[in-house]
Amino acid sequence: MSQHVLSLLVEDRPGLLTRVAGLFARRGFNIESLAVGTTEVEGLSRITVVVSVDGLPLEQVTKQLNKLINVIKVVELEPETTVERDHMLIKVKTDAATRSQVLEAVTLFRARVIDVASDALIIEVTGETAKCQAFIKVLEPFGIKELVQSGVLAIGRGSKSITEKVLKQ
Amino acid sequence: MPITKHSFLVTKAEDIPGVLAAAVLIATTGRPGPVLVDIAKDAQNGKAEFIWPPKVDLPGYKPVTKPHGKQIQAAAQLIKEAKRPVLYVGGGIIRARADRELLELAKIIGAPVVTTLMARGAFPDSDPQNLGMPGMHGTVPAVTALQRSDLLITLGARFDDRVTGQVKTFAVSAKVIHVDIDPAEIGKIRFADVPIVGDLKEVLTELNAELSNDLKGTKPDIAEWWGFLNDLRTRYPLGYTEPEDGKLSPQYVITRIGELSGPEAVFAAGVGQHQMWSAQFIKYERPNSWLNSGGAGTMGYSVPAAMGAKVAQPDRLVWAIDGDGCFQMTNQELATCTINNIPIKVAIINNSSLGMVRQWQTLFYNSRYSNTDLNTGTDTIMVPDFLKLAEAYGCLGIRVEKVEEVDAAIKLAMETNDRPVVIDFIVGRDAMVWPMVPAGLSNDAVQFARDERPVWEEGEEE
Repeated sequence: MSQHVLSLLVEDRPGLLTRVAGLFARRGFNIESLAVGTTEVEGLSRITVVVSVDGLPLEQVTKQLNKLINVIKVVELEPETTVERDHMLIKVKTDAATRSQVLEAVTLFRARVIDVASDALIIEVTGETAKCQAFIKVLEPFGIKELVQSGVLAIGRGSKSITEKVLKQ
Repeated sequence: MPITKHSFLVTKAEDIPGVLAAAVLIATTGRPGPVLVDIAKDAQNGKAEFIWPPKVDLPGYKPVTKPHGKQIQAAAQLIKEAKRPVLYVGGGIIRARADRELLELAKIIGAPVVTTLMARGAFPDSDPQNLGMPGMHGTVPAVTALQRSDLLITLGARFDDRVTGQVKTFAVSAKVIHVDIDPAEIGKIRFADVPIVGDLKEVLTELNAELSNDLKGTKPDIAEWWGFLNDLRTRYPLGYTEPEDGKLSPQYVITRIGELSGPEAVFAAGVGQHQMWSAQFIKYERPNSWLNSGGAGTMGYSVPAAMGAKVAQPDRLVWAIDGDGCFQMTNQELATCTINNIPIKVAIINNSSLGMVRQWQTLFYNSRYSNTDLNTGTDTIMVPDFLKLAEAYGCLGIRVEKVEEVDAAIKLAMETNDRPVVIDFIVGRDAMVWPMVPAGLSNDAVQFARDERPVWEEGEEE
């Protein structure tokens, strides 16, 4: 089993996400992360899915994703040629004694404080999954009260564009 | 989970024309399949300007029909080198209307042809190259041809488990050419040495041209292969024994329906023993003369399918060959037939049970019969009585219990065209479908009768 990042260019239609998720569910694949959003082209969305799966079943699921009428393109993004980012919002318990230590960690990880209360901070961090996980580890001793995160966002390096390629055809 | 190729929800009246046009396009092109259009009531009642033809924009739907030239050459090369080739033909040939191109290919290379359940009629049964249906209830020559082959030329077939049996022991020494319009079928079950995505009509036209050009009228020498297969054909033809209870043999009834109706008729069947016997014992000579739900396994398919066939081609004789179990799932459609003057013929192969399940209970569950007894036979309480049911629906009802009545009943049905006809053939309940490969086993374990396996010559096995 290995981790794969699939990027799907899809038509922005109600029910599309159910169809995509259903395909993974039917094959018993666990989706580790999922990020959906609109793109630079009106009516088109990008879905970034991270799954742990063997190569052969992945090929089959890719073919079946391509069969979905509203899926325009499916690309597997290889780590070497891809930029990946996670985005997290973390609410950490702080008091007068610990605040400066937390702020030091924020600086080290190039994170940002976006809300301050007398007994808590909300911190925003962006980066590769490993960096975000490391940051969480550092904050844990202070007490993480709440954590939300986007799925992995991924895009191929260089000037090539999946959307441009598709729209040209 | 979706069971259609695609589905639409329409909430605005002005979207109706465009969605319907898109639905028809999707349903009828590429790998055809049903499309559901759900039109909300307020869209149905709404008003909009009718614009036709609407613009259909489906950027994610571009079925590939034209094959890759290199792959055609690679396929031709494998075919020329093969010593034991088999044309493994599926329903795709019929959907692509490529039966003529298939016939041409078969004549160019002289290879044996096996036609799956969905492909019965795609290649004429009268042609000496046709070995019949492969798979769980396939003929011994067809099953063995696939097992011993060194090249499967797979055309619009999908390596269904009913064809392959246990996959890892299926056709172990064969290379595979796999042609399909649906890329998701290629390599799904069996690795394809030469995968070809395309419409079979286009693929075969190109492949035939390539092969004719290369072979220049000569044929690959596969005489030894044919010697082996012809010997199997002589030793293990399709057959059956008469039921021990003295009742009609279902295979005989179905054979006579086929013989008296001829190849221009249309035969629809449900799911079960009657379906397998209809696939085995009727001789199909043309595409679409056999209508079947195949892998969908839809009991009750035959009456509605026959009804549709008769409306589409009213000049043809159309039979629904049904089981007593299947018939009770859709027999209400006889009302539609009678009211709309659609004179189909229904042949109920009535063994008073869910015969295929009963066969498995006999063979694999020590004859512990559970919930397979339907009480529709003449020696039971007969609920329902199919004659009365036929008459209640305004059909001509005929009951046949003796062998000498079979032909007369079929002829009377063929002559009656002012209303639908239902013939209740009372057949022996212990008749079984043979040959059979028990589920989950290798196709090498094919039995042509109970506990009877083909005898291979010394050293021939495995």
